[in-house]
Amino acid sequence: MAKGLPKSFKKSLWAYHINSGSCNGCDIEIIAALCPRYDVERFGIKLVGSPRHADVLLTTGPVTRQMVDKVKRAYEQMPDPKAVICVGNCGNTGDVFYESYNLVGPIDNILPVDVYVIGCPPRPEAIINAVAKAWVKLETLEAK
Amino acid sequence: MKTKQTTKTTYHIPIGPIHPALKEPVAFEFEIDGERIVDVDVSLGHVHRTVEWTATKRNPIQILYLAERICGICSYCHPTAFALAVENIANIEVPERAEYLRVIQAELERICSHILWAGVAAHEIGFDSVLFLTWQIREKVLDLTEYLTGNRITKGIITIGGVRRDITKEHHPKIFETLNYLKDNFEKLRKVYLDDKTFRMRAQGCGILTKEDALKLCAVGPTARGSGVKKDVRVDQAYFSCADLDIECITPDVLTGEVNGDVYDRIIVRLLEVKQAIDLIEQCIDKMPAGDIVSEPKVAKVLATLKKASGEGIGRMEAPRGEVIHYVKLVEGEEYPFTWKVRAPTYNNIMPWVPMLIGEQIADIPIVAASTDPCMSCTNRVAIVDSGKKYELNKEELHRLSVEKTRRLMA
Repeated sequence: MAKGLPKSFKKSLWAYHINSGSCNGCDIEIIAALCPRYDVERFGIKLVGSPRHADVLLTTGPVTRQMVDKVKRAYEQMPDPKAVICVGNCGNTGDVFYESYNLVGPIDNILPVDVYVIGCPPRPEAIINAVAKAWVKLETLEAK
Repeated sequence: MKTKQTTKTTYHIPIGPIHPALKEPVAFEFEIDGERIVDVDVSLGHVHRTVEWTATKRNPIQILYLAERICGICSYCHPTAFALAVENIANIEVPERAEYLRVIQAELERICSHILWAGVAAHEIGFDSVLFLTWQIREKVLDLTEYLTGNRITKGIITIGGVRRDITKEHHPKIFETLNYLKDNFEKLRKVYLDDKTFRMRAQGCGILTKEDALKLCAVGPTARGSGVKKDVRVDQAYFSCADLDIECITPDVLTGEVNGDVYDRIIVRLLEVKQAIDLIEQCIDKMPAGDIVSEPKVAKVLATLKKASGEGIGRMEAPRGEVIHYVKLVEGEEYPFTWKVRAPTYNNIMPWVPMLIGEQIADIPIVAASTDPCMSCTNRVAIVDSGKKYELNKEELHRLSVEKTRRLMA
């Protein structure tokens, strides 16, 4: 578990998932994390349909040119305090697509990323760990 | 009292590219008359990652891993189709055992993909408990995939001239355990999807694609078979060891005796294909001969052979969503391919959306769109959209649409 995580949480964490041109690999692992085997919904973590309801932004994919403004807009619509998690290698570094002419990413050129999850795709355990780390950030922000 | 003269006008609903009902970026523009859909426009291109262009700077072995990342769900069929095309050019003979192993992996992927789709379809009609049920079953298949290949999603098992990992006797207990688990749960799934009232209400008579339309619009895979078109690459042009196996085209009349071409029929086809895939894996394990699993294990030697090869090759394969075609051209003396073209099944299956959606209600959009099992990340190498009006989608067009949408929001 992530360091500094309190034993009880002040609120449950809602995540918004945005696909910025990913290959679906990370997206299905995010859904897999919500499903019975890993079941993060028991901690109150769930995917929501609107960025306006979300505490955490989960981004996947290397951010194609067509998706930049949409990613930015989704981020701006989220209420503060917020955290951004980048899931998967291609959002972190570009991965196999690094030299592509249609990429604006890696994502930290566009958004301030709090947690990087590596792996292509990362296992659901890694995604859950990342969400817990984002939780620590949000809890510390709230304590201030 | 004077009656007010009203002119009946339609209105537009834009959906996407980011929308909770869509797992992938794709934009629709619906023309709505009351609750009925009059016209549909689909814009693609949001997942364009220039895979084919990047490939002209990589050698064929590197491209295998690039092809794998075209789509995370079809992460087996793309590199395999590419390997088929390259083997076709360089006349590389694949050992017989490797051909059987390739079929086993392909069928495992089909089970995974169809169960995943079943869950998504249930989610689209608001039946979330079934989503969880199916994904729980899917985890078992992923466990087996991980056990056999080392990874859950991107498998990295294909290499040019064979496969990278063998299936030995030690693997058999776990394989049979998973297959038996699937068989036990198949009956449960069949009951939920085919007998349940909720599914029948939403799926029967909804999103109809007639056989004529399916043929005219070149639908492939379960979408075409759901409309009664007997089209399956495994049967029509058997690749690997498919010719030795007992495979039949599955159309919905096998079960119900009639073909309607609606969402329900596509569910039937996919469900029966899961059963067929389990059977095929068993057949493969039974018939698999002993021998090598790769024609040339040294990668450097394979690359040297490919550098000398010249010509064009085509790899055709039945992916879970339909037929996938890869075209490759190699030039002698060049390490990198001259060109590589991918035609993913969703490209064909997007056009049938138009006849399926017209006349349906707005609330039916998610389930109808999902019924073809669309995969945008496979498709977005192509930026020309044809939906009756035919126009080319370029950056300006997208920008214009984006500006328009912003203006609409501001107004």
